[in-house]
Parts: sequence; structure tokens; C-alpha cells
Amino acid sequence: MADDKDVLRDVWFGRIPTCFTLNQDEVTEREAEPYYLLLPRVSYLTLVTDKVKKHFLKVMKQEDMEEMWFEYEGTPLKWHYPIGVLFDLHASNTVLPWSITVHFKNFPDRDLLRCPSHSVIEAHFMSSIKEADALKHKSQVVNDMQKKDHKQLWMGLQNDKFDQFWAMNRKLMEYPTEEGGFRYIPFRIYQTMSDRPFIQKLFRPVSPEGNTHTLGSLLKEMYPAAIPNEGQQKRYQVVIHGIEPLLETPLQWLSEHLSHPDNFLHICIVRRLDEPPSPSCLLVFPTVTSAP
Amino acid sequence: MSDSAESPTETQKEEPQPPSDDSAANEEKKKIDVLLKAVGDTPIMKTKKWAVDRGRTVQSLAQFILRFLKIDANEQLFIYVNQSFAPSPDQEVGVLFDCFGSDGKLILHYCKSQAWG
Repeated sequence: MADDKDVLRDVWFGRIPTCFTLNQDEVTEREAEPYYLLLPRVSYLTLVTDKVKKHFLKVMKQEDMEEMWFEYEGTPLKWHYPIGVLFDLHASNTVLPWSITVHFKNFPDRDLLRCPSHSVIEAHFMSSIKEADALKHKSQVVNDMQKKDHKQLWMGLQNDKFDQFWAMNRKLMEYPTEEGGFRYIPFRIYQTMSDRPFIQKLFRPVSPEGNTHTLGSLLKEMYPAAIPNEGQQKRYQVVIHGIEPLLETPLQWLSEHLSHPDNFLHICIVRRLDEPPSPSCLLVFPTVTSAP
Repeated sequence: MSDSAESPTETQKEEPQPPSDDSAANEEKKKIDVLLKAVGDTPIMKTKKWAVDRGRTVQSLAQFILRFLKIDANEQLFIYVNQSFAPSPDQEVGVLFDCFGSDGKLILHYCKSQAWG
């Protein structure tokens, strides 16, 4: 592990102030007040919104509440994508707090996976870690772990325990020095302009000639339109954890430091608006909480 | 007879198309070869190798297997890659093929109960 532990902390503790409003068509006994929360970027919506459900339960009848789901400006939000990815992808140019609409009816089965319990999130999270390690180490590290080690990764995320999580996760970030990085970098590139869920292919951190691959070299191969030609207006923002890393940043470093707890590097390609990006697309730390 | 077959499209029901013995007909690699293997006491499929659209999701593939085996569609079917992880139901098989395929095919294991992790 490199010495950039502060980066790991900043990523882990990134928060998005969010306002949850009940969908107007829900049947309530009296008017529902909105509910405010600081959402951890690296967590999952259905893992951190038990309080939201409890809040709206106060004004609704149990029989009117089916499975809770979330929507932002008409887009159903996939709980199985990390919260930060959902924000960067759909809302990075919005003003804060992020305004999410809460539904308890008409679950959109075409767009969303059902999430009846936290164990479904755990299964999804652990599967992602295993998939990532299959790419990084041919599954050797994750297979060498014991059941309790897997549990430690999950409990670390569930309970927002940075040290507990990283004490185990650092093993997943190791690699033989002579190889200069993982076997392949686990990454996913998201964009709103296409129907395809995301781009994921095999990509090594180092070229066959021994050159370090950068974020730029990855994009050049996977999504060339995201790189502006010389003298051309920038059309897209390439966003990871709310920031636009330099295209020269080595991919291996990004994988070790800016991956989500699921061990994937989630990259959002967002169409650039004419005005300069608002500060809302930056990492929001607890110290600058702006939720009322 | 070849062990290769076209998988039915979304609109067709029940009956898979007759086996095609020309897997090279997978025009422009829009389709990939998937080898389906049963785990434990889950019934095996007589036809193991299927040509599947790259954009097809894991979930729709699972539904197809259940239909093919005439298992109640409400039963859960777990699908595994590398005998280690269960890809998300909305994941495209094309992505899995690109990352985890070998020798021109993607091997998936299916099981009625949780088999790995």
C-alpha cells in the first residue's frame, strides 16, 4: 500500500447532503415532511435509508407501503450502484441538497432490482469484491480469506468503520512489486447517453512495453469521445468520487485509492454543461455539512 | 447432431429453436457462446452450448434456463462465473464474456440453491 492513506479516508468519508421527499401520489394521513440525511458516497441507498422509511411510516399506513424505492428527476435510482456513482452520473450538476423522491408503490421492476433485506446487499457487495479479485489476482486473495474476513469487509461497510474495513481490504490491494500492479484493473465506465449499463473489459495497469497505463490511456481505448482533441471544447467530464482526476494519473494508483469498497473503480462520464461545474460535484466532507 | 443451439429470443416462448450446426453464423459476434453447467442436484440441460446475444442479461438467461428445464419461474436460480461469484442480475453476458470467457466461450454454472459464497 502506498502512503496516501489520507486519500482513502477522504474517499471513505465523502458525504452527499440529501433531501428525501415523499412522492405526491402516495396515500398519507397527513402531510409528509421531507427528511434530510448525509449519505456516504461509498455505501448503498437501501443500506442507509432505514431512517427514511421510519420517518415516512409516521404518516402512512403500513398497508400502503410496499417496497421502498428512490427516484431522481424521473430516473429510478439503482440501489446496487454505489451512492456516489448515482450522484455523479445523474445529479453532478445539481444544487445541494440532492433531492430524491421516495416511492412506496409501483416498483419499477424493469429498471430496479428488488432489495428485500440487507442480506441481498451483502451478497451483491461480496460478489463484486470476488469479481474484482478474479480480475486483480485470479481470485487468489479473496479465496485465501476466511468467512470471518469476508464478514469483516461487509461489517466495515455496513457500520461505516474505516479501520475495520481497510485492515482487511489492504490485502486485496497488494500485488507483486515486479509486476507493477494488478493483473487487470477492475473498472466500470458509466454514461447516461447510452442504454448499455456500463463498459467493463480487460485492461492492464502496464502496457506490454512496460509503460504505465493512465486514466487517459484507459479512456482512449474504451471511450475516446471523453478525451478532448487539442484545441477542442471539452464535451465531457470524467468524474470519480465527485472530482475530475488528471488524465495523466496512473490507473494502478486510481485503482488502489479511488476504488469503491466493492474494489471496482467506478468512472462516470457526464455531458459537460456550458457553465462551469458547480462546487456541488466535489467531494462533500462532514465538516462542510450544509443540510438544514 | 451438434451440441450448439440458438437461444430463443425474448418474444418466443417455451420451445428453443432447432439446433443449428453452424456456430460461425453468429453474425458480427453479436452472439457469444455460453456453456451452461448444472451444479448439485439442479437438472442438467441436454443442450449445454448456446449462442446468446451479448446484450442479454444474467436475469433473462436465468429465466430462460428455468423455462427450458420446466421449473417454476418463481424459483430462484443462481448463476455463477468462475465457480466463484454471482454476477448482478442486470449484468450483460457480453461483459462477462469479455472479462471471464476463455477459448471463445463463457462457462456459467447454474444452481437452484446458493453454491458458492
